[in-house]
Amino acid sequence: MTIIKVDGEEIDVAPELTLLQACEAAGKEIPRFCYHERLSIAGNCRMCLIEVKGGPPKPVASCAQNVRDLRPGPEGQPPELFTNTEMVKRAREGVMEFLLINHPLDCPICDQGGECDLQDQSMAYGVDGSRFHENKRAVEEKYMGPLVKTVMTRCIQCTRCIRFTTEVAGAGELGAIGRGEDMEVTTYLDQALTSELSANVVDLCPVGALTFRPFAFTARPWELIKTESIDVMDALGANIRVDARGSEVMRILPRLNEEVNEEWISDKTRFVWDGLKTQRLDTPYVRENGKLRAATWDEAFGVIADKLRELKDDQAAAIAGDLACAESMKALKDLLGKIGSPHMDCRQDGARLDASSRANYLFNSTVAGVDTADMILLVGANPRLESPVLNARILKAQRQNGARIGVIGEQADLTYPYDYLGAGPATLQDVLDGKGDFAEAFMKAERPMIVLGQSALARKDGAAVHAAAVALAKAANAVREDWNGFNVLHTAAARVGGLDLGFLPGEGGRDVEGILEGASSGEIGLVWLLSADELDMDRLGSAFVVYQGTHGDRGAHRADVILPGAAYTEKSATWVNTEGRVQIGRRASFPPGEAREDWTIVRALSGVLGLTLPYDDLDALRAAMEEDAPHFADTDMVFPAADLPDGEKGAFDDAAFDTAVKDFYLTNPIARASRVMALCSAEKSASLSAAAD
Amino acid sequence: MSVRRLDPNQPESFEFTPENLEWAKGQMAKYPERKQGSAIISLLWRAQRQHGWLPEPAIRYVADMLDMDYIRALEVATFYTMFNLSPVGDHFVQLCGTTPCWLNGADDLKQVCRKHIGEEGEVSEDGKLSWLEVECLGACVNAPMVQINDDFYEDLDAETLERILSDLRAGKDVKPGPQNGRRSSEPAGGPTTLKDSVSAGKAGGE
Repeated sequence: MTIIKVDGEEIDVAPELTLLQACEAAGKEIPRFCYHERLSIAGNCRMCLIEVKGGPPKPVASCAQNVRDLRPGPEGQPPELFTNTEMVKRAREGVMEFLLINHPLDCPICDQGGECDLQDQSMAYGVDGSRFHENKRAVEEKYMGPLVKTVMTRCIQCTRCIRFTTEVAGAGELGAIGRGEDMEVTTYLDQALTSELSANVVDLCPVGALTFRPFAFTARPWELIKTESIDVMDALGANIRVDARGSEVMRILPRLNEEVNEEWISDKTRFVWDGLKTQRLDTPYVRENGKLRAATWDEAFGVIADKLRELKDDQAAAIAGDLACAESMKALKDLLGKIGSPHMDCRQDGARLDASSRANYLFNSTVAGVDTADMILLVGANPRLESPVLNARILKAQRQNGARIGVIGEQADLTYPYDYLGAGPATLQDVLDGKGDFAEAFMKAERPMIVLGQSALARKDGAAVHAAAVALAKAANAVREDWNGFNVLHTAAARVGGLDLGFLPGEGGRDVEGILEGASSGEIGLVWLLSADELDMDRLGSAFVVYQGTHGDRGAHRADVILPGAAYTEKSATWVNTEGRVQIGRRASFPPGEAREDWTIVRALSGVLGLTLPYDDLDALRAAMEEDAPHFADTDMVFPAADLPDGEKGAFDDAAFDTAVKDFYLTNPIARASRVMALCSAEKSASLSAAAD
Repeated sequence: MSVRRLDPNQPESFEFTPENLEWAKGQMAKYPERKQGSAIISLLWRAQRQHGWLPEPAIRYVADMLDMDYIRALEVATFYTMFNLSPVGDHFVQLCGTTPCWLNGADDLKQVCRKHIGEEGEVSEDGKLSWLEVECLGACVNAPMVQINDDFYEDLDAETLERILSDLRAGKDVKPGPQNGRRSSEPAGGPTTLKDSVSAGKAGGE
């Protein structure tokens, strides 16, 4: 540690900090545009100028110098920095004046207005008039795709967006062409951005050059009510802030959580909000003479009750889908228990996961643990599509620690170079047998990670693949006191919660495959689809289908009774992410029309059936959840799972691992209802077919 | 320096000739593995040599060779004015218009270029000539001057430049360097200092 003086106050800071960070540690605010904690240092905006005593007689860019480079005074006094002298003030005013020379004065029509760094800082350092009488610079319009709107005349060339796409997103898509005054930020020949993290550049842009195209001219930041919530588009559980005006969700922004998403979210997480307004189920429906008609809650419950009375107890079954919250799964599980049916499953994709130990299905290394891994083996996982923010972590591990990455499965563009080992389980066996140079290194690695994707599990030999991966983790000494390198990467926000709560076949119960088979053959009479849409609906045969969910999607089309539920922004709900972190999302707006929070629907029906569930409010329900799984009591925490049991070895198929996510932008009913996601998907397939030509 | 853009008319594709490809591989071998991108300027320059100017397919071609993102190569190509992003004549005249040349009559030279070639940046109809005003080329002592392809032509006036341009157009040989009889950048009217030491025998003096 080094002792320095900031504005006369002594402070002890780490020598590797920059002067800017040291000043912040001393409680001083340093204005900046180009500097960003998570990006490399550019030092080109010059706004963070400070005065260094004993240094050259000119201001110093505090972001670009380290504390260790400061020199002590002549008698060994600590180095001194000043952030509030006349020299500093004048220097920053000069920088601001230059920045404003070419910046248009269009704040009233700029979407960044109200949350603009340049606007804010010009209040402190701007002069009231302009001394510039020449022509202002104007920049031609640029196209960056359906998500990022550009007004490049406003650009102050901080290059944060360029550094983000290169360093964090791993796609060198943005660059600065030309030089000097003519420098312009653009993509190669105005191609659309293809990264799944592209819209984070808008958050980074300190001015209004890059704004959200779908959000253009719809709301001002100060009229939005901000609610902190949790994303459900993938199993990462990114922390988000939902901005709503009245009952309408206007936009979704990331929230800082170092342990989960740092400060990034994927484009799907961010722009799915327009899907919350279309195709919504806002009233119960009942199928009569082959057609769905709007009904009241009482009618819908009556139809279900009649049907259940017709059937034997164990002819009812339930499948929980990707967007089911833990509360609704707990309630439905208890209801099925009261009815007396063991047929239920939350593994909608048919993943062969054994829930007897949490370590079997969690991302045990934790998301933050990826940063410290030195070797990563991806088995049947494409993190770029299954969890783009996690993929950015893997890229970071490679860039910062030189982590070596191997892939078994689809040979996709993951934004980083990797060793391609093979396509199917046979290759996994080879690695386990120590064949090949990657396998040798993996066995010797200090902190190796295996990431098992859903496409490796959702197949007939899924259990055998799981067992082989566990064996490999143990062979590589990746499962020990201080490190657990066995990881399952889930694709659905609901999955871990369902597994934790035991939304699984009871004794003699059927799993998803069994339920579908039973429905085809007529052995299962009623199937309750809890937000379950990613199924082959034809296989439900003539079974009576109750669909509980939010959107008129695949499940609702097949349903005999539709119970309209609340989307993730419309209820206080618990989600467990892929590493087993319990997080609570809060309500930002109310469900439309007659739709209700999901657990209350199940609770109300239980009353109609005369099987009343023993909880009347959310607190009582959550207390019941804690009884099933005690870790639900501690939100936002990750507990290391208990021992990882050896799986049962089995025979492998020859088939290559498939991909779990086919179209990143259309993975769930909300995204499929979103116009913006449809545009992204079209743009992506257009660029893919162009690349194939 | 004005805004530099890619030309609207681009060739279909670009490929190095076998000799140039060989040469390019030699350049790339100079740098450690994964740092091949360092060879970008040499390769773009060679591509420009081969094609006369630097077309967009060549930028992509070089970027692919060096395993770089296209935008990174485009950044380099648009940053350096040595890369011509639009077609130029067989004899590409870069006319210095910075202060010393301007004081010594660069404006006259510009008039000559306009008359003989056309507007700045346009290629003459026969494709032989084009011209561009550039910033200082570092030959102020022989102002005014132009650079035609790789050679400097110095101590020009309207007449000599006119002669050079028409000779080039006719395919005749022209002599680079000062055009007023002076040797390199020696004083125009003979030595002005150290005259004593010039004459033999007296050298060294007392």
